[in-house]
Amino acid sequence: MCDCKRLGTDTQVKKFDALLDEHRGKKDNIMVVLQKTQNIFGYIPELAVSKIANALKMPESEIYGIISFYSFFTLTPKAKYNIDVCLGTACFVLGAQDILDRILGKLKVQVGEMTSDGKWIVTSCRCLGCCGLAPAITINGEVYGKLKPEDVDRILDSFAD
Amino acid sequence: MDLQKLEELKKKYLDEVNFRKNIAGASVPYKYDIMVCGGTGCRSCKSRLVQDKLNEVIKNKGLQNEIAVHGVGCFGLCVNGPIVLIYPQDAMYVKVTVSDVDEIVDALARGELVERLLPENDGHKVYKKVDLKFCKKQKYIARNNAEYMSLDNILGDYIALEGYSALYKVITSMTQDDVISLIKESGLRGRGGAGFLTGQKWEYARLNDAPQKYVICNADEGDPGAFMDRSIIESNPHAIVEAMAIAGYAIGASKGYVYLRAEYPLAGERLQNAIDEANKAGLLGKNIFGTNFDFELEIKFGAGAFVCGEETALMHSIEGMRGEPSLKPPFPAERGLYGCPTIINNVETLANVAQIINNGASWFNSIGTEDSKGTKVFALTGKIKNSGLIELPMGTTIREIIYDIGGGIPNGKEFKAVQMGGPSGGCIPAEYLDTPIDYKSLSDLGSMMGSGGMIVVDEDSCMVDLAKFFLQFTVDESCGKCTPCRIGNKRILEILTKITEGKATMEDLDKLEDLCKYVKDDSLCGLGQTSPNPVLSTLRYFRDEYIEHIQQHKCRAGVCKALTRYKITDKCVGCSACSRACPVGAITGEIKKQFSINQEKCIKCGKCYNTCRFGAIAKE
Repeated sequence: MCDCKRLGTDTQVKKFDALLDEHRGKKDNIMVVLQKTQNIFGYIPELAVSKIANALKMPESEIYGIISFYSFFTLTPKAKYNIDVCLGTACFVLGAQDILDRILGKLKVQVGEMTSDGKWIVTSCRCLGCCGLAPAITINGEVYGKLKPEDVDRILDSFAD
Repeated sequence: MDLQKLEELKKKYLDEVNFRKNIAGASVPYKYDIMVCGGTGCRSCKSRLVQDKLNEVIKNKGLQNEIAVHGVGCFGLCVNGPIVLIYPQDAMYVKVTVSDVDEIVDALARGELVERLLPENDGHKVYKKVDLKFCKKQKYIARNNAEYMSLDNILGDYIALEGYSALYKVITSMTQDDVISLIKESGLRGRGGAGFLTGQKWEYARLNDAPQKYVICNADEGDPGAFMDRSIIESNPHAIVEAMAIAGYAIGASKGYVYLRAEYPLAGERLQNAIDEANKAGLLGKNIFGTNFDFELEIKFGAGAFVCGEETALMHSIEGMRGEPSLKPPFPAERGLYGCPTIINNVETLANVAQIINNGASWFNSIGTEDSKGTKVFALTGKIKNSGLIELPMGTTIREIIYDIGGGIPNGKEFKAVQMGGPSGGCIPAEYLDTPIDYKSLSDLGSMMGSGGMIVVDEDSCMVDLAKFFLQFTVDESCGKCTPCRIGNKRILEILTKITEGKATMEDLDKLEDLCKYVKDDSLCGLGQTSPNPVLSTLRYFRDEYIEHIQQHKCRAGVCKALTRYKITDKCVGCSACSRACPVGAITGEIKKQFSINQEKCIKCGKCYNTCRFGAIAKE
């Protein structure tokens, strides 16, 4: 196998192979296989999709259909820090759009685009369920709540490598 | 597990919970119990650090025999987190930080409370949490006992508080039909959206004879602004496990699934833990309580698709397919998961079940209104002082919720409307504040109970913009299977966008209404059939705002950027702060004289408005 097709580190590949063995031939389990694949690699690599297709005995096209249907799945690698801006109703009426705009302006990216240094990706989501803390964002899963646009600079700066 | 073992466990942990409830005679090896909220809201305000620090300080001061520390489920007052409860005083501390810990421990060692951390009613400190206005009108059924259960001993405390006694009663002394008629008689209706009678749903599935049936708990809580299901699972997961086993017994199913959204990792962890505990204790699995009733439970995680809250879509997702809905009938009770009869109940619905079994149908149906029995949990958020989770008897008025419990609108602003039922619901304006909330009254007003999200908006919110927000949501989340929803909603959104940009005509308004009607009538599933509701209800109550946008190019709330004009008024002292802040150099003037904004150049970013310290910049 050539290097460009390598899936990830040895530990990742080992975990992934074990995952395939566990679910071999069980097409019904595709959701959990994709979720765990994403946990292992941080995203779903293309090569993983064809391996999953082989193991679960289902067409690749069907797997891509599932991946593209659910917003949780991603085919692109993650950045070092992933910001998820909640645009749920409570956050929205309390100014989430201004927070998002401020973040995008500061990092000079669009939603879903990685910064050129690979450090940040900004995505938006529909309700983190932290409505009491609206407006809220998460950075690598950690919640920052009750934000004002002027808090953005301070928070992002605190992630200086 | 048998009755004797259950009684033993109950006895073993009863003292701890009775101590928290301040019931005389409870003997525990400490004098005080500090409980730190471990819900997602408080966790994100670093409540875990507070708990760790408490343990450390108590150990350092050698007070382990005086003060115990436990994690506790969500108390609902998320805006004031992290919340710390002090028993047996029944006091509550709000916004506790690590630096408060020493003072808390020292005071408690002397038997005192730290006054500055107590919450307030109209400026007066409240010593017992039950006296708090936020709590007074609440009645807990679905969220019952969460405040008394330690997260570190969740099964033990649950059993001490009558947990699993309903399951025991059901499978050892009731027939399937007994259970179903009890639930029917209680009048319990689904808490997830449509409000279908739970007992009836169970009966349909019971009557369909099949070798395999399924119970599904719908925990795909997707409505933005609703988080009661998450809170229930995080705080009291065994209530769901027990109720699902009861439902399984009633319809004759041996397998259950909880479909949980991927965004709730903490809830998933706690629920999995509860399922493992129940399996180990013999409360799930084979031959439960020595009978021939078997029931196993499994969590299936969603992957971020709102439409999967729709029951047919949810089942397809469990089966490992795209979460697209299919036509009903056949209803799931007839042909559901893998083609077998299936019932799908919402988390909050299930959280009522064990207590109905324990306390009887007439206890439950004495609470609430003619049409709607029991309580409902609401997630009160938006422009409101006490945002959080509240549980109230059906029939409570919107005014009581917003002013008595919610504490009113912050910053002296005017209440404008409350949006209920999420993207499928509608808004309720000020003139209906005295409406008692139940399923029927809300649908008469063009809104709906939905999952119980209540988002309060004030005069600073634009109703057209709010409708647009919901349509943007629906367009993003439409699965694309049927044309009215896929294309119709997109066209609705386009018209709304035109209106907010001041480019629409009155003719567009008629088109908008027609289109809403078509999408409602012709869509395949609940998502499309309800998606125009936010538009229709804002049109019904706030048509004048739509017309203002169209005819006068005016957004009275100053939200629609394309229509907003910033103007400098005569309050201007000529300090030049705004002109220095303006990123495009649109503001000019002489020092100490009134400045002005060049409307051609202005990009309406609002920076000047936020910079001015004299309130001299007006939005119009």
